[in-house]
Amino acid sequence: MTYLDHAATTPMLPQAIAAMSEALSTLGNASSLHTSGRRARRVVEESREDIADALGARPSEVIFTGGGTESDNLAVKGIYWGRRDADGRRRRVLASAVEHHAVLDAVEWLADRGEAEVTWLPVDAQGRVRPEVLAEAIAANPDDVALATVMWANNEIGTVNPVRELAAVAAEHGVVLHTDAVQAVGALPVHFAESGAGALTLTGHKLGGPYGVGVLLLGRDVPCAPLLHGGGQERDVRSGTLDVPAIVGLATAVRIAVTERAETARRLTALREELIAAVRHAVPDAVLNGDRGESTVDGGPSRLPGNAHFSFPGCEGDSLLMLLDAKGIECSTGSACTAGVAQPSHVLLAMGVEPAAARGSLRFSLGHTSTAQDVAALAAAIGPAVERARGAGLAGLRRAAEATRTSQQPVEA
Amino acid sequence: MRVLAAMSGGVDSAVAAARAVDAGHDVVGVHLALSAKPGTLRTGARGCCTVEDAHDARRAADLLGIPFYVWDFAERFTQDVIEDFVAEYSAGRTPNPCLRCNERIKFEALLDKALALGFDAVCTGHYARLSVVDGRPQLRRSADAGKDQSYVLASLTSEQLRHSLFPLGDSTKTEVRAEAAERGLAVAEKPDSHDICFIPDGNTRKFLTDRLGEQPGVLVDDETGEVLGEHSGVHGFTVGQRKGLGIQAPAPSGRPRYVLALEPVTGTVRVGGAERLSVDQIVASRPVWPSGEVLGGIAGPVECVAQVRAHGGTSPAVAELVGDQLHVRLREPLQGVAPGQAVALYRPDRTAGDLVLGSATITTTR
Repeated sequence: MTYLDHAATTPMLPQAIAAMSEALSTLGNASSLHTSGRRARRVVEESREDIADALGARPSEVIFTGGGTESDNLAVKGIYWGRRDADGRRRRVLASAVEHHAVLDAVEWLADRGEAEVTWLPVDAQGRVRPEVLAEAIAANPDDVALATVMWANNEIGTVNPVRELAAVAAEHGVVLHTDAVQAVGALPVHFAESGAGALTLTGHKLGGPYGVGVLLLGRDVPCAPLLHGGGQERDVRSGTLDVPAIVGLATAVRIAVTERAETARRLTALREELIAAVRHAVPDAVLNGDRGESTVDGGPSRLPGNAHFSFPGCEGDSLLMLLDAKGIECSTGSACTAGVAQPSHVLLAMGVEPAAARGSLRFSLGHTSTAQDVAALAAAIGPAVERARGAGLAGLRRAAEATRTSQQPVEA
Repeated sequence: MRVLAAMSGGVDSAVAAARAVDAGHDVVGVHLALSAKPGTLRTGARGCCTVEDAHDARRAADLLGIPFYVWDFAERFTQDVIEDFVAEYSAGRTPNPCLRCNERIKFEALLDKALALGFDAVCTGHYARLSVVDGRPQLRRSADAGKDQSYVLASLTSEQLRHSLFPLGDSTKTEVRAEAAERGLAVAEKPDSHDICFIPDGNTRKFLTDRLGEQPGVLVDDETGEVLGEHSGVHGFTVGQRKGLGIQAPAPSGRPRYVLALEPVTGTVRVGGAERLSVDQIVASRPVWPSGEVLGGIAGPVECVAQVRAHGGTSPAVAELVGDQLHVRLREPLQGVAPGQAVALYRPDRTAGDLVLGSATITTTR
């Protein structure tokens, strides 16, 4: 099996599995006051300190959540409500058009309820939000902005945003910037304090930790209303008994991912370049989407090291995905699904890609277990798969053209 | 063979896929997403293509151990089935959307894609018997007379049928449900689908009015020419309809009136007594021959059984191809035969199942 979908989820690191397994067989509610409780609490707090240390945050800024989606929802809704409650004029949310659905849909939900007004921040052809675009959006009325949210790196096309510059622009007007760094942590140099962001989302299963656990790094002075009420375990911003095994597994993975980041990134960048070259060799007209990855943003690469995202003209993404799956190669169309149907990616559409080309796109994402053999397997399979998928795409076009002709015939009496 | 199993999430297509696997084929399951905005949960026997249906199909595929994908045919379905349905009604004809969906989506858009992707055939849970004899497909009625779906498959060409598998043809619905339960398929007890899948509330008139708006016209007595009332669009009527005509005065004879004909250009709905509804001659266009042979290979008029609706509506008949039009003389008159419907012709066969000779779209009736 050739797994080229690490951006969807990546295998857990053995050390994280070991740490989590040990915690699973240890009794203790971190909120309890007795010995077992204190033992569990200690594990949680050491994990919190580890994560804070690895990401340039203070331990009190680490809020444990149930994953990236919860962290994004907490940031968008919680900070919106918190900032609006402090000043009723702040009703506007600025969000990039290429956010993950966990941000996008939370923003739209606020707007649909008539609570928030949204200014969508357009992206350039690489899928990047330019600082002047954010500046312009804020300048329209600096006093009515509750928050801005721009992802650190795009999950589909891998383009990295200049978070530090964006946060600086936001800070000029006292606007809080949230950044979804789910794909960035472990792949790019992420330092919360230096970034200037007010809130940052990360999740366990994208960096070698477990599923179902994440963190919102939340600046100490950023107001945030809770979504989950109860025991108030996490700074009164998030309630729920802490998942000690998941938290220690996450902390272990974050520490390793961050420590090994530079080396992993170097290796994956080289592998990705091999992959891009192999795909282009087999399919000369394949189009690489997103930033080419040859420049620098905030001291790191301008594209996620493990990401390669292509449009294959004349193909449907779902055909390609099935054909590659049948050859044991697992990848993704990269975009969100409705009832399992791949929609044309909102990210590509926002970048100005035509819907037909957007439908014919695949994301190959490398991770810590990827090898040269994975790239070789794709290199061997992609050419024939594209050729076959093109045949299927053309069959559809031919029929559609016939249908149009038929419907234009005069109606029989 | 490499077989693509179309899986709706219902019991029939699940068992059909299971039988294809048992037969040793290399099977991949596909659920067709036909709605641009699928509902979340299914309500009773109506509607289809909900997220829940896709889930049920996926669970059946899991159990069979076959790969499973959801393919988006919403755009094609909207164009070729829903818009066609509305246009046909607007033109005063009565279309059969299930037949159209088989013709254009399952055995055209899907089959074409499947063949191009390297599959040999598409497998569905239709109740009809299909075999290939001397290189020619033979499409026959299902062993379950009550569930027989050969009528909605009769407009498939021999080329389409050559790449089709209907593994349920020899079984009854009861047997299929029992087999599903035995195989542990969770959909064994799922209710059958009825009505038109894209009109989940079953209110066809409202569906059409929402799309076509009001197009006022008059109801006219077919015999006397007397104007009997007004209506808001011919698309609200079908030939043979008795209820909901909105005519105040009863007929002089005291007998009920029926819709006899629809004239969309003038907006006229012609009504009259049941005796005027009877049809014994049908002319139909665009004939299709499942075996590839015109009228089963017999020259001249052919004795057969004609069927004008998915269920019921059969009569012994004599059929003949005149030019490119099919002329059908019914030995027993039928009522409620409307232009736009398909007429399917069968050669009766009690042992092997009635053989489909061909099918065509009704243009005129007398």
